[in-house]
Amino acid sequence: MSEATERPAGAPDASNASVHEVDARGLLCPLPVIRAQDAAGTLAPGGLLDVFATDPGTLHDIPAWCAVHGHRVVGTWRERGDIRIRIEVCET
Amino acid sequence: MMQKKAVALISGGLDSMLAAKVVMEEGVHVEGLNFYTGFCVEGHTHAIRARHQARPKRNNALWVAQQLGIKLHIIDVSEQYKDIVLRPKHGYGQHLNPCLDCKIFMVNKALAWGFMDANGFDFVITGEVIGQRPKSQRKATMPIIAKESGADDLLLRPLCAKRLAPTKPEREGWVDRARLHGFEGRSRKPQMALAAQLGFTDYAQPAGGCCFLTDAAYAAKLSDLWQARGERDYDLDDIMLLKVGRHVRPARHYKLIVGREAGENRFLEGYRKRFLHLRMVDVEGPLALIDGAPSRGDVRLAARVLARYSQGRDAAQVGVSAHHTNGVTEALQVVPLPASEIPRAWHV
Repeated sequence: MSEATERPAGAPDASNASVHEVDARGLLCPLPVIRAQDAAGTLAPGGLLDVFATDPGTLHDIPAWCAVHGHRVVGTWRERGDIRIRIEVCET
Repeated sequence: MMQKKAVALISGGLDSMLAAKVVMEEGVHVEGLNFYTGFCVEGHTHAIRARHQARPKRNNALWVAQQLGIKLHIIDVSEQYKDIVLRPKHGYGQHLNPCLDCKIFMVNKALAWGFMDANGFDFVITGEVIGQRPKSQRKATMPIIAKESGADDLLLRPLCAKRLAPTKPEREGWVDRARLHGFEGRSRKPQMALAAQLGFTDYAQPAGGCCFLTDAAYAAKLSDLWQARGERDYDLDDIMLLKVGRHVRPARHYKLIVGREAGENRFLEGYRKRFLHLRMVDVEGPLALIDGAPSRGDVRLAARVLARYSQGRDAAQVGVSAHHTNGVTEALQVVPLPASEIPRAWHV
């Protein structure tokens, strides 16, 4: 399971306009996974997706979902109590 | 022959995992589908209750997909699923579980999803076993599911296929019927033997315990909700809140939802702006949401009930704050209600 860390220096900046964002805060799994899945389906390979969540289950489920679909987890961070997972959509 | 494609219903349990694997061994490309109904037990219980935190927080369907090396598509059907729960054509099982209608619904959804032009699947797989489940998995229900889902002979049950009429995938040679199985009955031994043969040493608990609608206590709470509201309906928040806390209903027009531990209190905090809620003042105690339309007197009584579950339960008087949805906070001083004065009938 990926462990989120406090946002380190150099972690992605929320102002990055080329990153698609999914707000899944307050949702319990598997809804954050479903939201991420639906958003990823709209992006071309190479597209970046940031999923914001509060359910710790996302730390396991989103990387697991990425693994079965061939997408890449770029990083996982904790920001002010929220979990942020960056996904790179890959050719599957 | 072009490689055939099958879409498998993946619950996260052993049977659907085995069914998918058996068909994969036939050279068929398999992808999994998992439906989110809102009544799933695993993930939410882990997320909410602190005492479940030590258990692995994995989504079993995703875990199964990882073991199989297949894609898993999770589909939110919670809104459409209401019709199945509220108006099951084939009725309920022991509690409020509409298992037969549920299976028909899911096979139909899998068929619709898999046969979309973009997806191009050839048939549907389930992990059903004749006689495994008293309501939905009987010899008599197998053809009903195939027919009413619209799948007909494109629905393959690899674990019990030998006891059923050959389906199109078998007749056309997409899979070899001789290598399918003829499991029947409630025993899990054949599945466990097959799991060992296929190299699976770890798998989730047997299917059936994955839906809150099969749970007596949950079904009682859902029935109570419908009775109190005078109509059979629900939204996603209703069914989430039924999974959490102690539900105490002093009168038809309102009930308390009292957190039983830290994890539940945290979860209930997420709903505090939408409900009148009560907190203990000066002493430790749970959070209580009030669902319904209580009078001022009812709020006082609710505060006394809450105090009974607080560290101040033995005090002569305790402070409780009532936070109304309009932003007004009311300070109350109440006598904790003795446990003996909370009628058993109030506990939903």
